[in-house]
Amino acid sequence: MADGTDISRRHFVQVSAAAGGLMLSFSVAGKARADGTTAPVLNAYVTIAPDNVVTLVAKNPEIGQGIKTSLPMIIAEELDVDWAQVRIQQADSKPAVYGLQFAGGSMATPMNWDQLRKVGATARALIVAAAAANWKVPASECTTASGVVHHKASKRSATYGSLAAQAATLPAPDPKSIVLKDPKAYKIIGKSKPQVDTAAIVRGKPLFGIDVVVPGMLYATFEKAPVFGAGVASADLDAALAVKGVRKAFLVGGGPELNGLLPGVAVVADSWWQARQGRNKLNIKWQDHPTAQQSSSGFAAQADALSKGAPLRTERLDGDVAAGFTGATSTVEAAYAYPFIAHAPLEPQNCTAHFHDGKMEIWAPTQYPDAGRQLVAKTLGLKPADITIHMTRCGGGFGRRLANDYMVEAAWIAKETGSPVKLLWTREDDLRHDFYRPAGWHYLKGAVDKSGKISAWHDHFVTLGTAGKPASSAGMATTEFPARFVENFKYDLSVIECGIPTGPLRAPGSNALAFVVQSFIDELAHSAGIDPVTFRLNLLGDQIFVGTAGKDGYDGHRMKGVLELVAAKSGWGKTKLGPRQGMGVAFHFSHLGYFAEVVQAHVSEAGDVTVEKVWVAADVGRQIINPTGALNQVQGAVIDGLSAALGQKISIEGGAVVERNFNTYPLLRMKSAPMVEVHWNITDNAPTGLGEPALPPVLPALCNAIFAATGKRLRSLPISKDQLKV
Amino acid sequence: MTYSLNVDGKVRQADVEPGTPLLWALRDSLGILGPKFGCGIGSCGACTVHIDGVPVRSCATPVEKVGAGKVTTIEAIGDTAIGKKVQAAWTELDVAQCGYCQPGQIMSATALLTKTPKPTDADIDAAMSGNICRCATYTRIRAAIKLASGQKSGV
Ligand code: FES
Ligand code: FES
Repeated sequence: MADGTDISRRHFVQVSAAAGGLMLSFSVAGKARADGTTAPVLNAYVTIAPDNVVTLVAKNPEIGQGIKTSLPMIIAEELDVDWAQVRIQQADSKPAVYGLQFAGGSMATPMNWDQLRKVGATARALIVAAAAANWKVPASECTTASGVVHHKASKRSATYGSLAAQAATLPAPDPKSIVLKDPKAYKIIGKSKPQVDTAAIVRGKPLFGIDVVVPGMLYATFEKAPVFGAGVASADLDAALAVKGVRKAFLVGGGPELNGLLPGVAVVADSWWQARQGRNKLNIKWQDHPTAQQSSSGFAAQADALSKGAPLRTERLDGDVAAGFTGATSTVEAAYAYPFIAHAPLEPQNCTAHFHDGKMEIWAPTQYPDAGRQLVAKTLGLKPADITIHMTRCGGGFGRRLANDYMVEAAWIAKETGSPVKLLWTREDDLRHDFYRPAGWHYLKGAVDKSGKISAWHDHFVTLGTAGKPASSAGMATTEFPARFVENFKYDLSVIECGIPTGPLRAPGSNALAFVVQSFIDELAHSAGIDPVTFRLNLLGDQIFVGTAGKDGYDGHRMKGVLELVAAKSGWGKTKLGPRQGMGVAFHFSHLGYFAEVVQAHVSEAGDVTVEKVWVAADVGRQIINPTGALNQVQGAVIDGLSAALGQKISIEGGAVVERNFNTYPLLRMKSAPMVEVHWNITDNAPTGLGEPALPPVLPALCNAIFAATGKRLRSLPISKDQLKV
Repeated sequence: MTYSLNVDGKVRQADVEPGTPLLWALRDSLGILGPKFGCGIGSCGACTVHIDGVPVRSCATPVEKVGAGKVTTIEAIGDTAIGKKVQAAWTELDVAQCGYCQPGQIMSATALLTKTPKPTDADIDAAMSGNICRCATYTRIRAAIKLASGQKSGV
């Protein structure tokens, strides 16, 4: 990761006057960087104006996870102001100032929880110190509420705004003297706050990257080879230039790196529609490329062949697997597969860039702006310090905008054009040029002994990658469940050479592995004739905790907690179900969150699946910061998972993606969206993120429900009608 | 070519070629950025506007087909009583995640409530299934439609 990930790094407060108010800054004791952005630079979060309006900086990219609201809530709470007096300002990308700014891994809450509480509490301490000095009373006799300091004994009070300028002249307090609130006293954290942009969203105000307008701006479109990484052999640039409004059409040489600037043809015009008309005339011929030999069916055939031989290597071996099979009362063998899928955020990739005076200015919907800056700097030969990045709201992310391919394209085209340029992809561009959730294959063998526990587990995982190394998000940790919970355990790995770009998609790894593991556990439970919830409780056993906290730790106790809760709430084992109706259960730990889910589904004789209801039990620690946002995230993640299970598949033919748009890459719609009931299991653990961990369990819970309803075991995704019709 | 378009209560001149989708005339020529682009093939609903009160996909409506039709976008739907109620319900329930689909959702919901003041779940399914929400805020969209129509939401 880039600079700023180390949250244990020393921070110190610096105070300064800002426009008549207090500006509280936290210095990140950053490293001086080779690129000339010097450190330490100040990290400003809090500004209090004389009229008592408090402006808080939202440091991270907003992709729909609600972070622009929830992180400032943490500061506001400890600052002890009313949420109504708070205004939010979106930060630009300034890693030397704000540390790591990115949206991924559900990490924002765990990484910022302590630090931002201290930001708020420190600002409050300064304001109180100013009041105490004015009134010549001890600070300890002063109280605060709603942005006002009170001294009860002398019946005096003063607004933060009236004290801010003075507070700004005080020395920063000793960090050790800062006392954080007792959570019982919280007035903002834990109370539902609508997103700060809600009013603008419902009125259609320009908030997103696609809405950026820069004076004199032109519009660009960029065509790359359908076969990933292929170069341009020829293109009819003159035909494009003949289209009305087209200003420029040119080749971009690019390079071979799939996550860098790829070869292609740019068309720049007065409007985007004109640019597209020009692009239609290009008649591009592409060079041959070895990836053209690759296809989804080819990968599957290779996986099948590999499964029959010895693996490339054994990644984990515990106990005596052979003995575990010998002593078993039941044994199951099964092959599981899942396809590539795409992120498809609803706002297509876009970026606006303006190169002027040797400097690049960029407006981008990005989940990881500084990685984009580094990519642009490297590709265009610019100094990172000469690249300004304004972060816009993102119309969805799901991990797609961690890659900044569209940013480097926009920057290149803008530099070449000499005017501000907005590059906008079509949906077809987006589906054909993603960093896909990789396809994968698992050849499993498992056994249950007479005590009803799994006595052996053997997974030969065939994945995609290069030179024996799994591609991005195509690996599986050696601690992936049920490792460490099954005594005799073996995990073998083989890798197929793959030229298709892959990358993290919401709950990376987990979004596929949970399907495999929790479906196969279900198979084992049924083979042993044991109720699937009981079987899972046995599997978790009495181990309270395995691994190392903060690293690969897994708290079996917390998982049992959510499993028992979801069973109780869903009426597991007590609900009378009709014909072809079933309930399925699954759990999964990812991104530090413990989730167990039950799906109730019906399958028609024609094979149509109706998801009737989903119950979720979640343990993300002791504090839900913004309950309304948290609920929205969980319901959305669950439906997102169902959408993937029921319809999503990217197919590769001839090294290119077949699917073009939402007509062939169906996303779940209103008529198929079930009711999702969410229950929080509050435990005394540090608060963790919610954007991702609710998703993985719903896929196997659905497949397990379908098995309960029909007796048909689904071992490959997406679920197709043909697999299920009578 | 210059087209006179009646958009959000004003006649405006859009200088675009025939065949240009209304969406791009609105966004790039008239600077009305409320309607969003999601697919360009009428499949996601992000670009939904009303023409004479009827919801249409502006990405798949050539500008020359609009004629004298009165185009209403998300930017002015709040001037209608029902649009205002829908926006208020969306705000109260904090429907949005990323928010990108929501202008289109609100336009479809407003058209639904204009025709069917107390929609059933089946009415909601039928009217709203042309609008994709990639963030899957469907639970709240349904609840907000019920709230705006004065029905119990059950969520
Ligand atoms: S952009 Fe018009 S329906 Fe998708
Ligand atoms: S809120 Fe993100 S697409 Fe609907």
